[in-house]
Amino acid sequence: MKLWQKNLILLALVAAISVIPLVFVKGEYGGADDKAETVITEIDESYTPWASSPYEPASGEIESLLFALQAAIGAGIIGFGFGRLSAKSKAGEKN
Amino acid sequence: MGLKAKLPGEKAAVRASVFVAVFLAFPAAGARAMHIMEGFLPPAWCVAWGALCIPFVVKGFFSIKKKIAGNSRMLLLLAMCGAFAFVLSALKLPSVTGSCSHPTGVGLGAVLFGPSAMSVIGVIILLFQAMLLAHGGLTTLGANTFSMAIAGPFAAFGVYWLLKKLKAPAALSVFAAAFIGDLFTYIVTSVQLAAAFPDPGGGFMASAVKFLGVFAITQIPLAVSEGLLTVVVYQGIKKYSRPELEALKAY
Repeated sequence: MKLWQKNLILLALVAAISVIPLVFVKGEYGGADDKAETVITEIDESYTPWASSPYEPASGEIESLLFALQAAIGAGIIGFGFGRLSAKSKAGEKN
Repeated sequence: MGLKAKLPGEKAAVRASVFVAVFLAFPAAGARAMHIMEGFLPPAWCVAWGALCIPFVVKGFFSIKKKIAGNSRMLLLLAMCGAFAFVLSALKLPSVTGSCSHPTGVGLGAVLFGPSAMSVIGVIILLFQAMLLAHGGLTTLGANTFSMAIAGPFAAFGVYWLLKKLKAPAALSVFAAAFIGDLFTYIVTSVQLAAAFPDPGGGFMASAVKFLGVFAITQIPLAVSEGLLTVVVYQGIKKYSRPELEALKAY
């Protein structure tokens, strides 16, 4: 099997692992950190957070924009890296 | 490659950072005995975890400097490892508990460049998320760095090293390293929260079980996904960059 075929199977598995809960488990799909906040307030009712984030995204849309940007920057760098690595290994260059 | 040569000032810097860590961490922790949200960890714990991280980050800084010295392909690989963690920590995935969390992506870099190198990259990612995304926090940066950028990468590296010794196939070793690194990060997060918020009735253990229920169970399928994605990228790097992987002893 070629590498890209193996990788395609692995990526399909990742997709399946992500989709299965959405189909079979009912939930709100909020963040696990919000749930942890609830646990903290259950344990210690008097606890109040003593600091707040320096910047809160103005809305859910802005937050998703920033997360998408983060992923896009990362993916871009990885793509650039693979491009250079494969081009260089074809050219037989050695640094 | 000169990987063994010490850079000037490294010894002194690492020693000084260990001193600062011990000096700050222990009195603070003794004062009372995914990411932790901003303001959700009492100040003494924030200082303690932050101080503990300093030597690892300092060590990581020098470790990176040595490994990429004069080698542009190494720098490119390091950038890819950082970018991989950047992408994965932006992906909030649904899990079997009906809530979402995100993988950490630090396993790949830990396997290639060693755990302390990932401490530096982890801090950068956590800072970005705390300042721009209100995710994690500046006050909890130390605790989150310890779990995601130190405990996770060290666990990943340990698993990889052990499986390599046992002559397991590279793909399996990388998968297990990333899986354990991811899961261990959130186990440490749960322990950190339990230590700061012991249950009034059941104490530390009861608290730990509650936080593990929130973080660790959610994380299991995500850790599998992270393991698979890490194998995909690792195999690609292995195909195109074999000499570098051999130099890094990650082949």
